[in-house]
Amino acid sequence: MVMNVREIWTVIHGMVFGFIFLLGFSGALYAVYSMKPGWQTSEGIAKTVKNIKVYMWTLTASVWAAVFTGAYIVYPWYRAAPPTGTTDLSTFPKFLLLADPNTANWHNFGMEWKEHVAFLAPIAATVVAFVVSYYGPLLAKKVGERRAMMIFFIFAFATAAAAGLFGAFITKAAPVR
Amino acid sequence: MANETNKPNGPVAAALLAGGIGSAVLGLVTLIYELNTKTAFATSLVWSKSVGALSGKSSYGIIAFLLAWGVLHFVWKGKEVKFNTISMISLLLLAVGLLGTFPPVWHLFGG
Repeated sequence: MVMNVREIWTVIHGMVFGFIFLLGFSGALYAVYSMKPGWQTSEGIAKTVKNIKVYMWTLTASVWAAVFTGAYIVYPWYRAAPPTGTTDLSTFPKFLLLADPNTANWHNFGMEWKEHVAFLAPIAATVVAFVVSYYGPLLAKKVGERRAMMIFFIFAFATAAAAGLFGAFITKAAPVR
Repeated sequence: MANETNKPNGPVAAALLAGGIGSAVLGLVTLIYELNTKTAFATSLVWSKSVGALSGKSSYGIIAFLLAWGVLHFVWKGKEVKFNTISMISLLLLAVGLLGTFPPVWHLFGG
């Protein structure tokens, strides 16, 4: 059970930061959804909002950390070009995938989509965290705003999930070593 | 100071629209890059040699998001705006971002 630095960073990127966001999504979404005057007392809403603020900003920080560690630490190792004449491509995941027509689409579609779409998640999550912080308990009375927020948050989750899913598949096919 | 029983929706609309703008810019810059990776614009996107063009594409999206947010927040601070219209536009811009980052769409345009 020995992991090198690259493998540890890959885990931090996906299994720590990415996982925290994906795992925390449903709880945060339900907390926002349940902020209805008919469902909770004003005291309950005030307490829920306090918790959601901390929760949302934690998730947002986590998804920003996931994309930055992914793009600036793990991705350079993934895309590094092998020196001319290299025959063992096991430490050059992108070129390992492209070398075999059966795995090339993991890069051509999977990685190409993942690396870009992932950046949409923290942008959308930041908007949601801001709206919760701005309105506070008033959010319970703002039906349209709450609905728009939930759509933004689902969008953040969907884009992060697509990135995470392809990240897992690509790591299985050609791990960063 | 804003009334705690009814805060204006301007800052919220500003954040939503800025999120849409940031996403759309990321999508469009990505699409333009993928259509021709040899243009001067495409090569200028390499802000970090180890990360490649992704560094420029993502940075443009993030900068557009923050810049738009700052400007719109300043303009709409303390104001009531047409929230439904702005949120619809924001969602459409999110869709532009999503489409622009989707590889089959690049191929559709000859990328």
